[in-house]
Amino acid sequence: MSMLALSYYNYWVVIVLMMIGFYVVIAQGNLVKKIIGLNIFQTSVFIFYISVGKVEEGSAPILAEGIDVYSNPLPHVLILTAIVVGIATTAVALALVIRIKQAYGTVEEQEIQIRDQQC
Amino acid sequence: MVLLGLLVCTALAIAYLRDLFAVVMLAGIYGLLSASLFVALDAVDVAFTEAAVGAGISPLLMLTTLAFTGRFEQANRRRFGLVSFGLVVIVGSLLILGSFDMPPFGSADAPAHQHVAPRYLNDSMDEIGIPNVVTSVLASYRAFDTLGEVAVIFAAGLGVLSLLMTAASAGAKPDEEQPQMNEHKILRVVSKVLIPPIMIFALYVQFHGEYGPGGGFQAGVIFAASIILYSMLFGLHLAKKVVNLTLLQIVAASGLLLYGTVGLLGILTGENYLSYNALAAHPVAGQHLGIIVIELGVGVTVASVMILIFFSFSGYIAERGGK
Repeated sequence: MSMLALSYYNYWVVIVLMMIGFYVVIAQGNLVKKIIGLNIFQTSVFIFYISVGKVEEGSAPILAEGIDVYSNPLPHVLILTAIVVGIATTAVALALVIRIKQAYGTVEEQEIQIRDQQC
Repeated sequence: MVLLGLLVCTALAIAYLRDLFAVVMLAGIYGLLSASLFVALDAVDVAFTEAAVGAGISPLLMLTTLAFTGRFEQANRRRFGLVSFGLVVIVGSLLILGSFDMPPFGSADAPAHQHVAPRYLNDSMDEIGIPNVVTSVLASYRAFDTLGEVAVIFAAGLGVLSLLMTAASAGAKPDEEQPQMNEHKILRVVSKVLIPPIMIFALYVQFHGEYGPGGGFQAGVIFAASIILYSMLFGLHLAKKVVNLTLLQIVAASGLLLYGTVGLLGILTGENYLSYNALAAHPVAGQHLGIIVIELGVGVTVASVMILIFFSFSGYIAERGGK
């Protein structure tokens, strides 16, 4: 049983992180906080991919003499670009938050909804 | 193991705290921790990127946003707090239940390692001729994918510009704006010493990406970080004198164009789009040339888009005034 727990430990932590991010996104009202929660969620997916790519006793996928086992390079490629795309889309989200603050005077979800209903 | 535990603690603290300033700092720590975890999991290229993005640029952008939206989250009751907590627990348990169908962590015969990965690891030395497999997959085998991602980054830069670039902020800034942080002598001196090595390091990462960890994405982010550091310490108007905004927009577009043009050259030389085999006399030499050029395109676009994003954020806020 302890072996089993050990071999899935990475995946479970990923799930816990993902759920913390999910909770922040759906339960908390501040828009900046929601974006940070979304980032936690996103990073947990990154960790999941990299964990899948890990091979026991493997080494970083840079070919060298005397090394036979490498970790899978494909998840690394996917996640590498996803991180940079992630920060670019986060920037768009933050820009939207700034414009919302400009238009509504607040970044709290409930107050924004109250304003919307008043109109 | 320890790193994963620390990650969970940091994430819990982020979810719990209401002081957004502290939350952003914790998010930076979270980025650094996950970068360390990526090193432990053999993903050195990813760790590089995450360290520069997760612990560098992303907290900076969030801090800049906080300067405008205010530091404290409102302590209003969380509507549906219990419902969402229950939902999270249910989804989490279902996912954990699903995780038992996964192959055990690190097993070499997992399905993920059977498809194309062996080919990349075994044949890339003969076909591409560079030791860093991540770079050869990124820039050659999956170059079309990467082109799309660079286009997304460029589009995101355009999105931020169109959201935050008002007519006034494109014009001249008033000269009376004093350089910020005048009183922090130590910071200014240290950063003056640090910025040139950061830039040189970015260039090293850019052109050494075929042999060690590195490449256009990492180099672009690191280069942007040096310019952002400069503009934070010496004021936006000084930084804008160093890097011209219009020039930056042109450079951002030309990086993407460079990438696409190399692809078209592939067609003109009788190969597929983004196939570099015929760019030089020998296929491997052609691959080398193609990878260097498109990595340059990636680096240039990423760096200039990141700088543009930061400039439009802090420009907008400097103009409207923070809270």
